[in-house]
Amino acid sequence: MLDDGAPIFSQVAEHLVQEIADGAMAEEERVPSSNELAAYYRINPATAAKGINVLIESGLLEKRRGIGMFVATGARGRLLEDRRNRFTERYVEPMVAEADRLGIDADTLANLIRQASHAKGGIKV
Amino acid sequence: MTSTISVAGLTRRYRDHLALDDVTFAVDGPSITGLLGRNGAGKSTLMRIVAGQEFASAGRVLVGGASPVENDAVLRRMVLVREDQAFPDVKVRDALRAASWCYPNWSAELGESLLADFDLPARRPIKRLSRGMLSALGIVIGLAARAELTLLDEPYAGLDAVARELFYDRLLADYAEHPRTVLLSTHLIDEVADLLERVVIIDHGRIVLDAPADDVRGSITTVRGSVGAVERFVAGRPTWDRRRIASQETVVVAGTLDQVDVLRARELDLTLEPLSLQQVMVHAASRVSEEPKERTSA
Repeated sequence: MLDDGAPIFSQVAEHLVQEIADGAMAEEERVPSSNELAAYYRINPATAAKGINVLIESGLLEKRRGIGMFVATGARGRLLEDRRNRFTERYVEPMVAEADRLGIDADTLANLIRQASHAKGGIKV
Repeated sequence: MTSTISVAGLTRRYRDHLALDDVTFAVDGPSITGLLGRNGAGKSTLMRIVAGQEFASAGRVLVGGASPVENDAVLRRMVLVREDQAFPDVKVRDALRAASWCYPNWSAELGESLLADFDLPARRPIKRLSRGMLSALGIVIGLAARAELTLLDEPYAGLDAVARELFYDRLLADYAEHPRTVLLSTHLIDEVADLLERVVIIDHGRIVLDAPADDVRGSITTVRGSVGAVERFVAGRPTWDRRRIASQETVVVAGTLDQVDVLRARELDLTLEPLSLQQVMVHAASRVSEEPKERTSA
């Protein structure tokens, strides 16, 4: 589940962010404690706590004294907004670069995208 | 704050063999620290000296601020589980009872549940246990002791993968509720990598790396690609290992790569692969054995 690349704490943070963005962890919902996360991922509890702290610092989680950690109100909306802003940089630019390397022109690329989204029955183009 | 373990200038010489060579390190407060290295690197010697079971030739060892040597107050606050653990010739249950008298924080409840977890027959004489069962018994005692300093020296000879996972789970669960200082030595590095907060790598009796586990991950990267591109990328960086085949080159680069480096690697069509902790250990160890050669050629 966890790979060798990034520091583990940031991978834990990333997993939590993903859960919030997917709506799997709803706003106002209690999130697992660092000990629960440590047991689940088989990682050091201090590392799990560091991962949670990343989300607290970015305001996605809030600590409620004596009860635990909760997903902040508006967290999901902020995450999705942030992802939309970074969509071009993260997905479109690398794809265009690879297409260029392979000699796929812009029209063909656009068609490929249409086909792919059609196959998924998903987004309207 | 007094360090849990404080070791300075520790040296241990056996006749013509230098097992520990000027080792200095400290562990403060609760953590799980991995003591990693090849066989014969000095891990066990270091553990035994910290546990007061062996003497240093030179240097200083303090546990909780006091020397562990023949110091009952200190020895009761720590437990050492050794690979070649020797037990008295009694039944399993009696060994646990004896341990309960030695360790003030002993948890009988945890001991019982661990016995069940590891399927250890409480009534069987210890001399009739298999190698794996002996290791499991060592682990049961090591965890149930809840000692402030828990030294686990290759605690799992003969344990299969399932039993080892059980050990990791129980260690984490009990550590989470009862934080303590755990020093774990193992050669199954990638298995325990994620459990560790800090990594100390020892080679030929010397500490060659001592860093937070998070800093070690991603601190060393394999760069792969065409020779010219790789050369351009690694120029000016410390490199550890170079291999070439035809027009392809693979170089191990030390130092964390930033976002700019990653983009540049992408432009140069290079593959970046972070080294696992196990590979870091291998490289760290081989570097040390190369050093003397460099000195003589200089």
